[in-house]
Amino acid sequence: MKRELPLLLTAVIGLFMIMSFFVPHHLVSVPADFLQQCAVIMVAFGFALGGANALRVNLESIARRQPDWPYKLVLVVSLLFTIVIGLHDGRHWQDQSTWSMFLYNNIYSPMQGTMFALLAFYIASAAFRAFRIRTVEAGLLAVAALIVMLGRVPVGDAATNWLPEPLHLGVMQDWIMNVPQNAAKRAILMGAAMGVMATGLRVILGIERSYLGGGD
Amino acid sequence: MTNIGGLRRVGWSGLLVFGLCAAAAWAQVEPVPVLEPEKPAVAVPAPPSRLSYDDVPNDAGSAVRLTWRLSADDTLGRGIVSGYVLERGTSPVGPWTLVDSIGFGIREQVDAGVSRNVPYFYRIAAWGPGGTTPALANAGPAIARETWFNTTRSSVLAVMLAFFVLVLYFMSLAQSGKKPFVRRLAGIDAIEEAIGRATEMGRPVLYVPWIQDIDEIQTVAGLVILESVARMTARYETPIRVPVAYPIPFTIAQEMVKSGYLNAGRPEAYDPDAVTFVSPEQFAYAAKIGGIMLRERPAAHIFMGSFYGESLLLAETGFSTGAIQVAGTANVHQLPFFVVACDYTLIGEELFAASAYLSGEPRLVGGLKGADMLKLFVILLILVGCVLETMGHHGLTEWMQTQ
Repeated sequence: MKRELPLLLTAVIGLFMIMSFFVPHHLVSVPADFLQQCAVIMVAFGFALGGANALRVNLESIARRQPDWPYKLVLVVSLLFTIVIGLHDGRHWQDQSTWSMFLYNNIYSPMQGTMFALLAFYIASAAFRAFRIRTVEAGLLAVAALIVMLGRVPVGDAATNWLPEPLHLGVMQDWIMNVPQNAAKRAILMGAAMGVMATGLRVILGIERSYLGGGD
Repeated sequence: MTNIGGLRRVGWSGLLVFGLCAAAAWAQVEPVPVLEPEKPAVAVPAPPSRLSYDDVPNDAGSAVRLTWRLSADDTLGRGIVSGYVLERGTSPVGPWTLVDSIGFGIREQVDAGVSRNVPYFYRIAAWGPGGTTPALANAGPAIARETWFNTTRSSVLAVMLAFFVLVLYFMSLAQSGKKPFVRRLAGIDAIEEAIGRATEMGRPVLYVPWIQDIDEIQTVAGLVILESVARMTARYETPIRVPVAYPIPFTIAQEMVKSGYLNAGRPEAYDPDAVTFVSPEQFAYAAKIGGIMLRERPAAHIFMGSFYGESLLLAETGFSTGAIQVAGTANVHQLPFFVVACDYTLIGEELFAASAYLSGEPRLVGGLKGADMLKLFVILLILVGCVLETMGHHGLTEWMQTQ
């Protein structure tokens, strides 16, 4: 029963949610909306569970003075401080004068921006490796990338204006992006869509049940 | 000299008297009004006409579509009509509630704020600089009715049913002993190689099921693969680290890892701290993973799931540590980053096939065959669609369009 009940619930609710995609009647759409709201509430409870896990794991590391424990101390203090500030500001936390918004604007947002900015350097190093021409395929990739990069900036297009139109870099990069690139992308997307359906079906029908844990 | 001095005095006195007189005259003169060209009076716009309504089909009875003929003054450049005011009431005499203020030149509006099976009356007026014209008449009763089936999605239903039938058929075929052939997937084979290498080096394996919640099917696929990976790490007695971004996948990941250790026959080796909750914030999560990579130096990094802007941050950081990296995602825009920075990459559907491939269970492998057959069907459908469109027949294209 411990395994059958979750499998039954998954099957019934999964098929019902599929049905709600095709049936707009309120007898189906209203319960479907309700179930989705239930999922949101469950996620909210899950956050309490996740927060408790984060606290437990990091407090244990601090208590045992594991390597890098000061970082974990910073994490725990920040976590608790943010919770206290959030509780203090309550439902007005989005007002401009609150501590929550101060933390968001002056600590959280700049840190996120910093992390995102690192991407520029990583792209440069990844591109350097990607465009090393070792094989014919890598050569084709490098040439295509060069055409696309130059064709997307005005100077690249202007430099080839004297050539016949099909040889303009802008026209060539448009063709690369719209024809071979798009074809490959759509093929991957369609394959992935089939995979999504297959995985969903396996879960709904209880064929894929490893997520229940405890072995078969 | 005396005469000259007298003349000068007379001159100054005259100038003074002239100045005083001029000042007095200026003070009494009223300012002359500046003549401005007279503006022609802007006319009140002519009212719009022929307001008609119809129920929006294939919905839950929540919308009415309204169309009307534009005001005769609604022509570009005349500036008589600024827009229209559409109002709704539950009786022909009101009271009226504003539905929307609509710009000039627009002939149609969908009122999505109605209740099903309730009769509504509508009226529309034009307004402009000259004022608002009264509505000609009202239209109604308009009743939004709900339907049991959205006919615009019949193509989706047909393809889905075909898919279900194919998958179930090949599953039953596989169960009866006719297990279909599945080509080798280098990326999945590499997972065991990576775990073996981590074992040799005495370092942990890092498994990243990424940042989306459980409603993202790629997260489900990533978590299903986790069970197989955990089974391998249990067999090899290699520690596994699974930082998770969302709380629901966190609990499922715990179950997956526990299940993997149980299925490998080593439940006592399961470490409850192997799976940790981090943060659903994208870059906070990426920072944590980067920290694990640089401080704990896992020998194998496995990224399976839905990835976005952080994919390259993770893969490049991992590359710099020299770990063997296997990635899998169906997010097309992130695939190039993984291809560049990882040793092996599962592309698109391979991610979803991985759990069947790893488990080798006939029913799961049969499902793959079913999906492949549907792919063949879709390819044929695309070819037929191309031929029909070329011949000027749009029936199939229109049937495939959904709303």
